Amino acid sequence: MHRDPMLKESPSQTAGPYVHIGCLPNLCGIDGVYPEDLGARMYADGVRGQKITVRGRILDGTGSVVRDALVEVWQADAEGRMPGGDPRGPADPAFAGFVRRAADPETGDWTFDTVKPGRVPWPDGRLQAPHATLWIVARGINLGLHTRMYFADEDAANDTDPVLARIEHRGRVATLLAQPEGPDAYRFDIRLQGPDETVFFDV
Amino acid sequence: MGDGTFFARDRGRHPPALTPDYRTSVTRAPARAPISFPPSLSEETGPVFGHDLLGPLDADLIRNFARPGHSAIGPRIFVHGRVLDETGRGVPGALIEVWQANAGGRYRHKKEGYLAPLDPDFGGCGRTISGADGSYAFRTVQPGPYPWPNGGNDWRPAHIHFSIFGSGFAQRLITQMYFEGDPMIPLCPIVRTVPTAEGIDSLTARLDMANTLPMDMRAYRFDLVLRGRRQTLFETRPEGG
Repeated sequence: MHRDPMLKESPSQTAGPYVHIGCLPNLCGIDGVYPEDLGARMYADGVRGQKITVRGRILDGTGSVVRDALVEVWQADAEGRMPGGDPRGPADPAFAGFVRRAADPETGDWTFDTVKPGRVPWPDGRLQAPHATLWIVARGINLGLHTRMYFADEDAANDTDPVLARIEHRGRVATLLAQPEGPDAYRFDIRLQGPDETVFFDV
Repeated sequence: MGDGTFFARDRGRHPPALTPDYRTSVTRAPARAPISFPPSLSEETGPVFGHDLLGPLDADLIRNFARPGHSAIGPRIFVHGRVLDETGRGVPGALIEVWQANAGGRYRHKKEGYLAPLDPDFGGCGRTISGADGSYAFRTVQPGPYPWPNGGNDWRPAHIHFSIFGSGFAQRLITQMYFEGDPMIPLCPIVRTVPTAEGIDSLTARLDMANTLPMDMRAYRFDLVLRGRRQTLFETRPEGG
């Protein structure tokens, strides 16, 4: 059955500089309303897969660090199953798939612990390379920015990934590759604007 | 997850990235066009939040930060509506988070220095999950307008920030709700990032006297629309894993 759109999506507005009040209230000192902030942990004890830590910064068009951004991460478990209703079967019950983080208000650094994601199928059944979806909002960003983080040590998978293949300017693919930085650690910096601008997606 | 993939987002309905009258956008707007691709399972799925997430006062900003026996100061309001998708269906199970300034326009945030005082009984955050028909409601005090360093004399209209999770991560949306009749709305550079008058109107909550509680609180009605899902043909479903 086909359904046509009848209504129009509500227009986006910036999250503004005080997004933390609503999205991470405990972080900004509003104690006692929620027991903990949403998206505090990607996984619980007993999670399967390779545990990794990702660190990064977000830079604006002048190269300055963005200190008031909020980043959300959504990804598959180590076997490539999506939590939250994968039609192929349930994901690892110890894996949430979602975290929410704020840039540090002084340094702009942000970090999260996760497991390296498995491969998720493309609609035609081919396998995508391991990736996490990142969604970035902040003061000055009118519509949340979708990007993907891939892994620089997954050359073979990255070479056949259907999304990376859509990037016509091949030099820009590198902006989506998290770089290994010590054992089980990666760095992923995001550049909102400028010569090394991160690839953003319209999904 | 739902039954199909999403309708393409009409980006002409949303603010463009670069809106120079909203000055912070100038250095935070990507200069390159976004690259499109059809949603895969990574975008069609999203985190699921159950009602066990919610505490009893999560949707009551008048009381959820107040000292025992106290309540937030300001015009008491009830904000309600439905979360719909573009096909007009209610979206059940949508997590809605809200945040706002107090009745004087002051946010409870370290980076905020406006001279209007904090209200010791108002935190400014709340959340709820939409019901089976997409309906939601919360109680709060009407926020005040506040000045901000953009132009020489810019003031935000009274507004409540909304963050909404639908059933897929591609529906993720943050927006702002304004109040019917506020003369500050057409003056605001952030409001004016929305390219159409109809779009601005859709972010403006209506005074709802039918649901106003006599001698207690006024009601405002605000519906939210998330991206709709197309029913996909069987052949295009992802293959088993």
